[in-house]
Amino acid sequence: MGKKPDIRELKNIAKEIRIEILKMLTCAGSGHTGGSLSMVEILVGLYFYKFRCDPARPLCDTRDIFILSKGHGCPALYAVLSRMGFFGKEELGTLRKVGTRLQGHPQKGLPGVEISSGSLGQGLSIANGFALGSRLNKDPRRVYCLMGDGELDEGQVWEAALTASHYKLDSVCGIIDYNKFQIDGRTSEVKNLEPLKAKWQAFGWEVLEIDGHEVKEVMEAYDKAETIKGKPTLVLAHTVKGKGSVLFENKNKYHGVTPSKEELEKAIKEIGAKEI
Amino acid sequence: MDIKMKPTRDGFGEGLLELGSKREDVVVLSADLTESTRAGWFKEKFPGRFFSMGVSEQDMMGTAAGLALTGKVAFACTFGAFAAGRAWDQIRVSIAYMELNVKIVGTHGGISVGEDGPTHQAIEEITLMRALPGMTVIVPCDAVEAKKATIAAAEHEGPVYLRLGRSGVPVITKEEDVFKIGKASVLKDGKDLSIIACGVEVYEALCAHDVLKKENISARVINLHTPKPIDSEVIVRAARETGAIVTAEEHSVVGGMGGAVSELVSRECPVPMEFVGVQDRFGESGNPKELFKMFGLTADDIVKAAKKVIGRKR
Repeated sequence: MGKKPDIRELKNIAKEIRIEILKMLTCAGSGHTGGSLSMVEILVGLYFYKFRCDPARPLCDTRDIFILSKGHGCPALYAVLSRMGFFGKEELGTLRKVGTRLQGHPQKGLPGVEISSGSLGQGLSIANGFALGSRLNKDPRRVYCLMGDGELDEGQVWEAALTASHYKLDSVCGIIDYNKFQIDGRTSEVKNLEPLKAKWQAFGWEVLEIDGHEVKEVMEAYDKAETIKGKPTLVLAHTVKGKGSVLFENKNKYHGVTPSKEELEKAIKEIGAKEI
Repeated sequence: MDIKMKPTRDGFGEGLLELGSKREDVVVLSADLTESTRAGWFKEKFPGRFFSMGVSEQDMMGTAAGLALTGKVAFACTFGAFAAGRAWDQIRVSIAYMELNVKIVGTHGGISVGEDGPTHQAIEEITLMRALPGMTVIVPCDAVEAKKATIAAAEHEGPVYLRLGRSGVPVITKEEDVFKIGKASVLKDGKDLSIIACGVEVYEALCAHDVLKKENISARVINLHTPKPIDSEVIVRAARETGAIVTAEEHSVVGGMGGAVSELVSRECPVPMEFVGVQDRFGESGNPKELFKMFGLTADDIVKAAKKVIGRKR
């Protein structure tokens, strides 16, 4: 995209995406609310600024790659892809229903969705493969991979972290939606990840620590990542689970629970009224 | 007769070399077993298309998936126990579910691994792999067939599991024999029963055929090198025409090639069956030849099973 878009406009888009996510989830009656809401700015800062893609030709050779390793956050991705024009908005209402392309966890084949995911910890390895293959093909694309924090309990993530740094995959940009919660509770209590930044640095990654809800910081991190050569970059994005409404923020019950109709109405009002 | 012995993994190594010079899109990954799996032969000649993954089988499967997504034909190589077993979910979600062009190569299948013992003797891969929708499972019977299977796997669009062995096994097929994925070959015709085998057991089945012949028992011998997709035509015809089946595999009898045959036959043309294989137990350390006797995988064991199954015919 190149030119920096208006921050206010992106913040507005983020608001609308959040409302769309909540509507989808309420309509579906099941799905992951907290982790979808925490990753909104991470996606908005990428798709509406940095990311090279063509919704009319989702598999075009010159595209960048986005891999959603935390597959359960797919409502956020679906809402963004639909807004980008990969598929119509009306399809969002089919989330999790029989016959839908919007499976409960992402399935390759939906325009804009590069890989199937849902079983945690697998995305970064695939991102590395994409980067290695692109290197062989002399294709200068960038590969983004969004992971959850709970997902980092999976050993495969760390195997892949070694691979990316061993092969100096500077086209790989990992992102962690660090909302500090997983299904069983706080990440610090379920299985402590700290010191997380130092871990990735020790694995040979450049680490950029940001507020994952400040779209400006998100965009700047993607810009900076592109300039880092000889090693992969990790954007450690501090976020709030359930971000957007007091109903859900830091309330881990909403990890896998969707809003009721009343909650949806309240949340839409609250999000809509928020100042930018 | 003097029979040449050669491990199927060597045939694979040769197949890879041929693929390497013919096809730019073939890449190879190895999880720290580069010499053992024979992926090293490719590495030496085509280092730019070889990826050392360390002892990280799960990561290797995902990386292979990513490479496949950029248009490569990716061969991911390790021992069968660590491919089909340890990385099963990665194969399921990152490869099979996306129908990717990854060829999973599991060497050191079966108890013929020998002295390294049960942790390294994979006896469940056929079961684990054929449970995955869209997965093709190939178990070559000798090195010549393994080479052809390697090339056929690269030409086949979609995920393939190639099961190979460590030890030398008799070379029984010829260069000019046709190998086609999913097409079983009838090696001996017969009318009293059919012996359906894969891998090294095909040789044992041929030996059993000769012993039975001396006792006037006419055994059809089928090399079912592709347990999935199964050749229903050849198998059902064997059931119909011979009325009894013995399956033989260097693999667990739980859900393996015999299981696949049994699922088909019980539906299409039920006949008495016996299953030669590892009888729901783990392997053991030892000399492969002695282990074959201990685990009941020899030609003699197939002969016994043949007589038993004939006795059950109505």
